[in-house]
Amino acid sequence: MTDRRRFAVKAIVVVVVGAVLLYLPQQLASFEVGNLNKVICFAIAALGLNLLTGYNGQISIGHGAFFGIGAYTSVILVADHGWPHFATIAAAAAIAFVVGVLIGLPALRIEGLYLALVTLALATVFPQLISRFSDLTGGSQGKNVRLPDRFTAPDWTGLENDQWKYYVFLAFAAVAFLLVRNLVHSRAGRAIISIRDNETAAETLGVHSAAYKVATFGVSAMIAGIAGALYSFETSFVSAGEFTINLSITFLVAVVVGGAATIIGPAVGAFLVVYIPIWLDDAGADPQLSPVLFGASLILLMMAAPGGILGLYRRLVGWGSRRMKKGAPPPTQSTPDALASVT
Amino acid sequence: MDLFLDRFFLGLQQGAVYASVAMALVLIYRATGLVNFAQGEMALFSTFITWQLWDDGWNIVLAIVVSMVLSFVGGAAIERFLIRPVGEVKTNALSVVIVTIGLLLALNALAGWIWGVESKTFPKIFGTDFVNIGPASISYQALGVLAVLAIEVVLLYLLFQKTKVGLAMRAVTSNSESSRLVGVRVGRVLMFGWGLAAAVGALAGALYASELATLDTSIMLQLLIYAFAAATLGGFDSPVGAVVGGLLVGEVTVMLGGYVDFVGEDLRLGAAFVLILVVLLVKPEGLFGRKLVKRV
Repeated sequence: MTDRRRFAVKAIVVVVVGAVLLYLPQQLASFEVGNLNKVICFAIAALGLNLLTGYNGQISIGHGAFFGIGAYTSVILVADHGWPHFATIAAAAAIAFVVGVLIGLPALRIEGLYLALVTLALATVFPQLISRFSDLTGGSQGKNVRLPDRFTAPDWTGLENDQWKYYVFLAFAAVAFLLVRNLVHSRAGRAIISIRDNETAAETLGVHSAAYKVATFGVSAMIAGIAGALYSFETSFVSAGEFTINLSITFLVAVVVGGAATIIGPAVGAFLVVYIPIWLDDAGADPQLSPVLFGASLILLMMAAPGGILGLYRRLVGWGSRRMKKGAPPPTQSTPDALASVT
Repeated sequence: MDLFLDRFFLGLQQGAVYASVAMALVLIYRATGLVNFAQGEMALFSTFITWQLWDDGWNIVLAIVVSMVLSFVGGAAIERFLIRPVGEVKTNALSVVIVTIGLLLALNALAGWIWGVESKTFPKIFGTDFVNIGPASISYQALGVLAVLAIEVVLLYLLFQKTKVGLAMRAVTSNSESSRLVGVRVGRVLMFGWGLAAAVGALAGALYASELATLDTSIMLQLLIYAFAAATLGGFDSPVGAVVGGLLVGEVTVMLGGYVDFVGEDLRLGAAFVLILVVLLVKPEGLFGRKLVKRV
């Protein structure tokens, strides 16, 4: 395909998908829109994690904690201090960024899987911190936003509350995905990716790897914090039991299943991690058994398609187009399949 | 004063368990560079097997030994069939980590599915008596746990320094490429290492459950964090470090929890987390670890 045709195809896909996304909440029942709202929040969080894990090669098993920090910041500011909802997003972003930088700094000192370890510990400790400071957070009882203070649709829109939330979340998601896409294609993005692929070489070429790694961690935590704040608009309620290690694992799974180091992979992954449990439940599967299947399918996926769903798709497309022009040599690849392509 | 001594012994007792799990982590890390996030849940599964045998009327010590043997086989199988096909940590870190996390989820849920989520009574292996030492008293449980740790350390030392398998394991740790060239069967050595770590974890899990006197699916995640703190403090590639680190983490968390009101019982795990961060900031190679020298 020529570049022009490829651009045309892309534009058509974007317009069609965008139209479907905008039209959906007009058709669906209220609880279905609620599920989609959850998908959007998870997709934004996974987008942030993907910037760190997919593009920068640092593994975090603690983004549920940053998501939780965002949600708690927003709920506390709205419920106890009467802030307007949108202003709390900025506060949530700032706090999550600072905590992310603080956690990321020690992990710089050594290579390997230490960041994963530190963030796993963070995810485990976070619910305990929430319980310990129950005066501020409401502890295991949780904290509620009172009915008149909740995030509701303004009258001029004529929308239901869930629909209004959907459009607001979608707008935030669109901006976030676009910004991350542009970041990845920029000079800074190339630096971030080069650190993942070969840190020594990157430093030799003048990339300040420590600064980039900490900044990437901070921005990634910030995006997760924003997602958490939005999620609290949806639920109007936070409790310690929600932001456990399982949530952190869910985000990581969304990134990996969708396709690490791809732009829309996290959105695909977020859709699956929200809907697969619902489908399993509808199919009457034993709720005890579904995490077993989840874990097992994760292991199988890593063996069969380490690039996730988008990686698999690319491989199929590549295989198809090679079949069509038989004889032409396959495109050379300088980096590993799974993480190489930047789209 | 006697309160201090009581807490001191409690710290040693808990630290000994952390040290055991930390040793299991170090065994795998040294051989493959992998931090095994499923270590805690592997131990959970083993401990449930121990409990099942004990519940069926077996002697508890015999039950632990049988469970350790089964865990050895299970650990080796996990390495061979789940970890190895995915690739090496150096080139494929994300995939390998995801596999260990998949294991963590699956083993935890599987244990809950087989044995139920309500907590089980776990026996005190060493009884509930105390010995009086001066003004303080130390429980048989504490003495027993420390004795088991000491025996474990001696056996592992002998294994690593005096046997051919141990030599092969050290060779693979130091340079797996070269050891393959001189005829060491690296794959088998890795399977042996995973099996050993699983068996050590099974023992530690039984001791931990026996200390808590209960067993349910939620207990091992915290143990894993304490063990991470122990291994980080001691140096992730040092078995001696794991033991010293474990005992120190036990002492530090018990003392902070006992004497500092702000920490209390609730934030003991938080204290372990802060310890991890501080060690990584101040002395990232840990107390006994080798300093990493990068060759370019």
